[in-house]
Amino acid sequence: MDTATPAVTVALHDGSSVVAETGQVDARRHGELLLPAVDRILAEAGTKLDAVTGVVVGVGPGPYTGLRVGLVTAATFGSALSVPVHGLCTLDALAYAAGLDGLEGPFAVATDARRKEVYWARYEDYRTRDGDPCVDRPAEVADRLAGLPVAGAGALLYPEAFPDARGPEHVSAGALASLAAERLAAGAGLLPPQPLYLRRPDAQVPKNYKVVTPK
Amino acid sequence: MADEPLVLGIETSCDETGVGIVRGTTLLADAVASSVDTHARFGGVVPEIASRAHLESMVPTIERALKDAGISARDLDGIAVTAGPGLAGALLVGVSAAKAYAYALNKPLYGVNHLASHICVDQLEHGPLPEPTMALLVSGGHSSLLLAPDITNDVRPLGATIDDAAGEAFDKIARVLDLGFPGGPVIDRLAREGDPKAIAFPRGLSGSRDPAYDFSFSGLKTSVARWIEAKRAAGEDVPVRDVAASFQEAVVDVLTRKAVRACRDEGVDHLMIGGGVAANSRLRALAQERCDKAGIRLRVPRPGLCTDNGAMVAALGAEMVARNRPVSDLGLSADSSLPVTETHVPGAHSHGHDHVHEISKDNLYS
Ligand SMILES: [Zn+2]
Repeated sequence: MDTATPAVTVALHDGSSVVAETGQVDARRHGELLLPAVDRILAEAGTKLDAVTGVVVGVGPGPYTGLRVGLVTAATFGSALSVPVHGLCTLDALAYAAGLDGLEGPFAVATDARRKEVYWARYEDYRTRDGDPCVDRPAEVADRLAGLPVAGAGALLYPEAFPDARGPEHVSAGALASLAAERLAAGAGLLPPQPLYLRRPDAQVPKNYKVVTPK
Repeated sequence: MADEPLVLGIETSCDETGVGIVRGTTLLADAVASSVDTHARFGGVVPEIASRAHLESMVPTIERALKDAGISARDLDGIAVTAGPGLAGALLVGVSAAKAYAYALNKPLYGVNHLASHICVDQLEHGPLPEPTMALLVSGGHSSLLLAPDITNDVRPLGATIDDAAGEAFDKIARVLDLGFPGGPVIDRLAREGDPKAIAFPRGLSGSRDPAYDFSFSGLKTSVARWIEAKRAAGEDVPVRDVAASFQEAVVDVLTRKAVRACRDEGVDHLMIGGGVAANSRLRALAQERCDKAGIRLRVPRPGLCTDNGAMVAALGAEMVARNRPVSDLGLSADSSLPVTETHVPGAHSHGHDHVHEISKDNLYS
């Protein structure tokens, strides 16, 4: 499952392929949509949650409120079912989906970080990230990518900065699960299920105590 | 006893990640992880810091509560969670966890009201709540007088603060006096060595034409600050203990006077006091004195149960199960401004009490 972007997406994977998948785009209702989506794909696949042997969750980067819905849901499933919970960078899943759509490397992916910034990363090919995910202004990213194709909503939102913007627009849990299954089968490790915030919390130290006596 | 409902409650409305487990009105576990120290240097709770801390603490706190209670999650009869009111992002972590837990374990889910939980927690200390109960809830986030004929579905607001919450006033005066955050405990401590009659600070909304049950602490706060500034401007030492005692006296005088009056007016012979400020020793003592005089029985939970915790949510959840109230569904959302009259948040497909169990099982978990 992944809730790091406006897409609330859940998929069921049997180790070799995606069995069921769903995705809804609604940046403000991650909390309401996620569990019903889980329930729906399990019903579609004719199975129950306790048959699941592992959980993979997108760890972002992404706007925090939605991101946390997926992470806490995955962690709680893991605890309740005693199954492992893995994290995977949301941008990696988006790059993987772009690769399945035929995009060849090198390329980049970008998602909307709000506040006129994008979360982004560069890829050698659709399985191989080049460097850590970052958050920056589109123009700064464009300077560093030198005209590479860029996939994702973060690119499509800023056509001046990213003239070669591509789909897929949103991450899919199917791609996330497929990439995770591939890595696990290869014995490669995944991430701990902890959020990539990339920004410090907004926290203002209150100004010194304000005098209230009229002068 | 064993047939009483066994319920796990999750509370994340502010800066405490609380998970409690109760069987009926018996407390089995009360695990709390607080991020209060992280907020201290900001002089107040920073929502994003609280939300991040909830995510980190959620599952470990659930697991600790289960261990403390010595029960298996499979034996639970329900999962309850604070659906509101509170900080939106903070609530969302708890609600998401509760939904995931309920779904994974195939247990009924109850989204409940934070304020009603503060009242219900007293069942864990003093047994079943009398009906009706009068409740005075005072904390950094709320100051309300509530009449509760049935804690699971009938809570009526009689009055509330029109500006600052009582606990907020404590924090602000502590800041003026450079005493740090949170302000309640340190003012309580200093006040014990001060004279509550040293300075006559104003009692808000206490005139004969003022609303009988509403509170106001903003004017008091300004008056105290002004008094301190005048001392400082005159180059005199501020008598911190006397200021603390006199300020605290002004707050608890109004709170207890109005609460006792509400009991009298409504013919209620029980008063419960809850919320973080209920840990204040002077509030407890003065309330006891005035209730004794008025023939009202006072119920105040121990300080650990007055502040935000998961046990209070579990206590209300257990009552929901016992009274067969409709369950919440998987679409339950966090509601930062959930009105106190909504004691719980039933699912869209619940149609009253009679068919609740069958309907909810079909809809939610099969
Ligand atoms: Zn509270």
